[in-house]
Amino acid sequence: MNQYSSWKYILILLSIGLSVLYVTPNFYGESFAVQVMPVKAGEVVDRSTLKLVEASLDKANIQNTGITFEDTDIKIKFKEATDQLNAKQAIEKSLGKKFVVALNLISNSPDWLSNLGALPMYLGLDLRGGVHFLMQLDLSKLSEKKNDGFLANVRKELQKEKIKYYDSKVINNYVQLKFKSEDALNEAKNIIRAQGSGRSIFGGNAPAKETEAFNFSEIKNNNEFILKIKNNQYTDEENVNFALKQNLETLHNRVNELGVAEPIIQQQGQDRIVVQLPGVQDTAKAKEIIGRTAILEMRMVDEDRSDPATIEKAENGQLPPGTELYYDRSGNPLLVKKEVILTGERLEDASPGVDQMTGQSVVYLDLDSIGTNIFKEVTRKNIGKRIALLLIEKNYTEVITAPKIKSEIGGGNVMITGMENAQESTDISLLLRAGSLSVPMEIVEERTVGPSMGKENIARGVNSTMWGFAAIVVLMVSYYMFFGVVSVIGLSVNLLFLTALLSALQATLTLPGLAAIAITIGMAIDANVLINERIRDEIRNGMPPQKSISQGYDKAWGTILDSNITTMIAGLALFMFGSGPIKGFAVVLVLGILTSVFSAIFVSRGIVNYIYGNKRTIKKISIGEIFKVENN
Amino acid sequence: MEIFRVKTDIPFMKFRKISAIISTSIFIASILFLVFRGLNLGVDFTGGTLMEVSYPQAANLEEIRSTLKQIDLPEAQVQNFGTNSDVLIRLPVVENLSLADLSEKIALTLKQSDPALKIERVESVGSQVGDELYEDGALAILFVAIGIMLYLWLRFEWRFAVAAIVANMHDVVIILGFFAFFQWEFNLTVLAAVLAVLGYSVNESVVVFDRVRENFRVMRKSSVIEVVNNAITRTMSRTIMTHLSTQTVVICMLIFGGEILHNFSIALTIGILFGIYSSIMVGCPLAIWLGTNQSNLAVVDVKAEK
Repeated sequence: MNQYSSWKYILILLSIGLSVLYVTPNFYGESFAVQVMPVKAGEVVDRSTLKLVEASLDKANIQNTGITFEDTDIKIKFKEATDQLNAKQAIEKSLGKKFVVALNLISNSPDWLSNLGALPMYLGLDLRGGVHFLMQLDLSKLSEKKNDGFLANVRKELQKEKIKYYDSKVINNYVQLKFKSEDALNEAKNIIRAQGSGRSIFGGNAPAKETEAFNFSEIKNNNEFILKIKNNQYTDEENVNFALKQNLETLHNRVNELGVAEPIIQQQGQDRIVVQLPGVQDTAKAKEIIGRTAILEMRMVDEDRSDPATIEKAENGQLPPGTELYYDRSGNPLLVKKEVILTGERLEDASPGVDQMTGQSVVYLDLDSIGTNIFKEVTRKNIGKRIALLLIEKNYTEVITAPKIKSEIGGGNVMITGMENAQESTDISLLLRAGSLSVPMEIVEERTVGPSMGKENIARGVNSTMWGFAAIVVLMVSYYMFFGVVSVIGLSVNLLFLTALLSALQATLTLPGLAAIAITIGMAIDANVLINERIRDEIRNGMPPQKSISQGYDKAWGTILDSNITTMIAGLALFMFGSGPIKGFAVVLVLGILTSVFSAIFVSRGIVNYIYGNKRTIKKISIGEIFKVENN
Repeated sequence: MEIFRVKTDIPFMKFRKISAIISTSIFIASILFLVFRGLNLGVDFTGGTLMEVSYPQAANLEEIRSTLKQIDLPEAQVQNFGTNSDVLIRLPVVENLSLADLSEKIALTLKQSDPALKIERVESVGSQVGDELYEDGALAILFVAIGIMLYLWLRFEWRFAVAAIVANMHDVVIILGFFAFFQWEFNLTVLAAVLAVLGYSVNESVVVFDRVRENFRVMRKSSVIEVVNNAITRTMSRTIMTHLSTQTVVICMLIFGGEILHNFSIALTIGILFGIYSSIMVGCPLAIWLGTNQSNLAVVDVKAEK
C-alpha cells in the first residue's frame, strides 16, 4: 500500500539531479568583464574585431582571464576592477564608434553549464543596482503634426498645378480648403486623390500605404466652395505604433551610446516604453541621453513675411497662417514655416568638429540618399533664403542656427554652425547620431537602486529565507520527529526546485521575489503539516500505522489542492495586475506553489514509502507523541 | 509531543455571538479609520518622489530641510530611518518640474554641501502612473476575491464560498484599518502582502470547511454546531503549527528584511493572526447562519465524487 513503483523514485531522483545542475551556476560567483557589442542591432562581431580587441589588450598590457566570442558579442573577463576599467578604455580607443564597449559582471560558471542553459538567476534592478525608467509618449501632437504635414503637401501639389485656393487650414482632424469655383475644387480633388496612391503626400512619420486614403466632403456656400479632406492614411492607432517603434529604436541606439550591458527596452501598453539599465550609476547622464527629446527639424524661414512689422505682430500673438515663431540663440525672433523639410530621421551620421575657416565648433551632418535629394532640391530652389535648424525638446523649441543658403548643396554633407562650445557640438551630434525621437517622451516613473543597496537587499532576502528555514526545521523536527525530518527534506527539495526553476526560466528575481521565496517556505509547510496531522488523526482513531500513512496522504490531498489553488488565484492576479517588483513576487509565488505541491506530496511520500513501505508490519511510526482520549 | 490534548470538542460556536460583536466592531472601526484617516499611501499610488540618501556620518536633518527649502521644495518630508546616517526624503509631485529633473536637482543640491553622500534609492512616480497603479491594485483585490469565491463555490457550496470570502475581506479590511490607524505607509509591496494574505488566509477556511464536509458524512446524528466545533477542534493542531511556521518566517523577514520589507511583513503578520481568528470565528458562524447543513453539502458531495 505504501510502495512506489521504481519509476516514481527514478522521477524523483531525476528531478532532483536536474535541479542541482541548474542551481549550481548560482554558486560560482561573478567576475569583472568587458562586453563588446555592435552598435546597430542585427550586425555581428567577427574575427577581425576579436583580433583588434586582443591586440589592444596586449598593447595596454592588461591580463585577462578568458575571452568568449559569439556572433552577437565578445566578452572578456578580468580579475580586478581596475583591469576592467583600463581594458574598457583601451578597447574603446581601438574600436571606435562602431562598437559598444560596456562594463559587465559575468558568471564564472563553466561553459558546459552555460551551454546547457544553466545560468545564474536573473537579478532584478533592486538586487543588482541600476535604473528603471517608464517613459510616456506625448501623443497630443502626433495627429496635429500629421495633418500639418499633409496640408503643407497639399498646398505644394496645388501650387505645382497652379490651382487657386484660399484660406487653407487644419480644423480638428481634417484639412479644409476654399475655392472660388467648382471646377477648381474638383480638379484639386482629383490631384489629391491621384497623389494618394502610394505617394508621400500624407505627412506624419509613417511610410505611405497603398490604399484609398481620403474622405472628401464638399460644402457649397454662395460663391464659396469648401473642400474638407480627412486623411485616413493611418489611423491614430497605427500612427502611434509607428511613432512608438521609432522611439524604441532610437532609445536602443541611445542606450548603446551609453555603453550599458544587458539593457532592457520594451514597449509597455499602448504608448509607453520601459527602459532598464542595470549597473548604471550616473543617473543624470542616463536621463540626459535617454530622456532628452531632441528632435531635429529643418524648415524654411518665411522670408516673405519677415518684415519687422509682421514679426512684431507675431510676437503679440498674431501669427501669419502656416508659420510659427521661434527665437534663435541670441534671442532674435524668426518666423518659420510649419512645413518640415527634413527631420533627424534622414541623418546617416552626425559628428562634432571645428570649422576650418572660423575656428568655431560645428556639427557635421551626413544625410541619407533621400535626405540628400530633398536637401539638394530645397537648397536649389531657395538660394538666398534662410533655412532654420530647429532643436525641439519637450515644450521648448530653439533655432540652433538659421544660415542663409548660398548655393545648391548636393552630396548630403551639411555643416551646422552656431554651437556654443565643443561640448555642445559633441552632445548635439551624439543626440542626432543616436537618432531622433518621432514624438517627445517624458519620464513618468523612475526607480533607481544603488549598487551597495542591491547587495544589501540580496543579503536581506537571503537572511530572511535562511533563518526562517532554520526555525521551521527546529519546529517541525521537534514536533513531528521522523515525519518532521521528512517534511524538512521535502521543504529543502522544494527550495531546490524553486531555485532551479527560477534559474532555468531566467525569471527576474526581485527583493519581493526573495520575500516570496521565504513566504513560500512558510506556506509550503502547510501541506506537510496537513499530512502529518492527518496521519496522527488516523492513528488516534485506531488505524494501523501503514494504513494511517496512506489514508493520511490521501485525505490531505484534497485540502492541499484547494488551499494551493486559492493562493494560486492570488498569485495570478498579482502577475496580471502587478508591475515591476510585484510581478517578481507573483512569479515566485506561483512557481513556489507548483514546486511545493510536488515536493510535499510526491517527494515526501517517496521518502516515507522508502523507509516504511517495505516493512510488512510496523508497530509504531515516529510522528511524535499522539494523545488519545481515554474512553471510559 | 502533543500540545493540544483536548478531550472533548471545544465549543467554539458557543462564542459566536461575542465574536460577531467583536468582529463587527473591529470591522467598523477599521472602516471608520479608513474613511476618516485614510491610508498613508506611498509614492507608488499618490505619485511623487522618495529618495533614500546615506551619509558617511550622522545626517543633519535640519540642514537638509533648509537646503531643500532654499530650492523651493518646502513640502519635502525629511526623516531618518534605520540608522541616523540614513535619510528618507519624500516629496509630492511638483508642478512645473519633471520627475526626472526633481530627483537630480535634489541630489545635486545635497551633494554640494556633502559630496560624500550616496543616493541609495530613488522612486519617482508620476501622478498618472500612480493613479493607474492604484486602480490596478483595486482590480487585483477584486479579481482575487471573485476568483476565490468562484472556486470555493465550485468545490464546496455557495454558503461556504460567501462565508470564506467575507471572512477574508474582513481580514483585508482590518489590515487596511491598521495601516490607516497607525498611518504606516501603504505601497505596492504592502499591496502584494495583502493579496498574498487573501490567498493564504482562505486556506484556513478551506481546511476547516473540508473537515466540516467530511464530518457531515461521518457524524450523521450530530447537530450542525457540534459538527463545526469538532471540525475546528480537530484541525486546531494543524492551524497552530502552520501559522506558527509561516509567522516565524515573517518574523525573520521583519528582523532581517530591512525597510522595504518592513511594512510588508507587518501586513502579513496582521493578516495571519486575523486569518486564524476570522476563519474560525467569522467564516464558520457565517456558514451556519447562512444555513449550511448536512443536506445541502451532501448533495454537492455526491456530485463531486462521481
